Amino acid sequence: MTATAPRRTGAVTPGSGNGSPPPRRAAIAARHLRTDRWWIQPLVTMTVLLAFVVYSSFRAFQNAYYFAEPYISPFYSPCITTGCEGDTFPEFFTGPSFISPAIYILIIPLGLRATCYYYRKAYYRSFWLSPPACAVGEPHRRYTGESRPPLLVQNLHRYALYAALVFNVILTYDAVLGFRDETGEWGHMGLGTLVLLANAALLWLYSLSCHSCRHIVGGRLNHFSKHPLRYKAWTQISRLNAMHAKFAWLSLFSVAIADAYVFLLATGTISDLRFF
Amino acid sequence: MTYDARFRVWRGDATGGDLQDFTVQVNEGEVVLDIIHRLQATQAGDLAVRWNCKAGKCGSCSAEINGRPRLMCMTRMGTFGEDETVTVTPLRTFPVIRDLVTDVSYNYDKAAQIPAFTPRARDGDGNHRMQQVDVERSQEFRKCIECYLCQDTCHVIRDHEGNKAAFAGPRFLIRLAELDMHPLDVVDRRAAAQDEFGLGYCNITKCCSEVCPEGIHLTDNGIIPLKERVVDRRYDPLTWLGSVIRRRPRD
Repeated sequence: MTATAPRRTGAVTPGSGNGSPPPRRAAIAARHLRTDRWWIQPLVTMTVLLAFVVYSSFRAFQNAYYFAEPYISPFYSPCITTGCEGDTFPEFFTGPSFISPAIYILIIPLGLRATCYYYRKAYYRSFWLSPPACAVGEPHRRYTGESRPPLLVQNLHRYALYAALVFNVILTYDAVLGFRDETGEWGHMGLGTLVLLANAALLWLYSLSCHSCRHIVGGRLNHFSKHPLRYKAWTQISRLNAMHAKFAWLSLFSVAIADAYVFLLATGTISDLRFF
Repeated sequence: MTYDARFRVWRGDATGGDLQDFTVQVNEGEVVLDIIHRLQATQAGDLAVRWNCKAGKCGSCSAEINGRPRLMCMTRMGTFGEDETVTVTPLRTFPVIRDLVTDVSYNYDKAAQIPAFTPRARDGDGNHRMQQVDVERSQEFRKCIECYLCQDTCHVIRDHEGNKAAFAGPRFLIRLAELDMHPLDVVDRRAAAQDEFGLGYCNITKCCSEVCPEGIHLTDNGIIPLKERVVDRRYDPLTWLGSVIRRRPRD
């Protein structure tokens, strides 16, 4: 059966759902009456996200110090132009030398995080102040949310997820390449290998705990009993989903840390701690 | 342990009002509703307050305590310092009737507009059968006590009265989700959720989940899954193509 029209009743109260002038609310002038430090969370969120945006932009445009055999920075992987340092991925084309290889690929992780249900909460609250905190008045006079363009594009989150899963495979491959030494011989491991492995693991946890992933795997079903495997997968992803915000932050930090580690190696500031 | 607490309670009606100061006795183990009742009994006999079960199950005594939407009967005085002034105001999102009592009929109007539960035909023996795993998700939303704290805190209508016509609020978005996920229900409410009940207005900032006294995960388990179901139908070209080519059913 397709959609039915919503029921209409004759009992719509003036001002409470039909657009008529509203009855008066309690006259309370203050924007909020909260007594706790509600502003700390949006402030911290904004500061950390801004710091990441500044750092990642600097590194993406730097076009240098992103490869230190056998490690490649996650900001530059997959490195798909002939101008890439190292040889970790097939080079598809030669772009202008002034364009960093990172620019071609960052739209994928950026797209995933920008449309992520958790990050939406984070930046709507901390940057757009809509609302800055619960029961604290927002400064905007009009609000239409995600009901019209450009924010309708948030509905394409699942496509960003599909692309990000491919990236996760590539970054896992990069971590496996870390089991080589500087000469390309297999069977070695260093601190960088651990850093890249931890980053890949956290990116998988972040992606798999995603709300869209949860929906695609089983959430769209109405009869779990007819799909026991998908129900089992949905149950596991639901457990991860409860920690989605945590994985969102941890994976953000791990990407920055992995990049910083490769940067420090590539600039010769530190040398890799080799285990074997 | 007994002490005298400072309270600020909003008193007035639709024509105006203000916060009035009271000093009132507090005993160990009491909740805010006890103190409001003591105010009624000792200092403000005509103070209007709606309450019923005093056990967090009827959803009547919703108010804003120190600016946060709470049930008065479930807010222990022990959570406040003895030197702290406790401010109690009516729900801001709804028109005030008097003092702490608001007119929440907006919610009843929205509830009445939702397409009703429509089960499939009964089995041959006249029964409806469903598996527990299939109905579990809907049951979480049945815990709702309709206190309307989620509606009160939702900035879409709290800060924008004009959105009330287009937006049903989190309580009724999870009602739509509950019905849409129900294994027996046969009505497709996805288009109505987006077009008639304003699902797109929700920007999932999760305040509804934060204030729910029943601990319902409104956003993660209700509103976001409903948004994803709308994406299936409305915004995902692959799912749309699949449904056209294969005429695939919803499961």
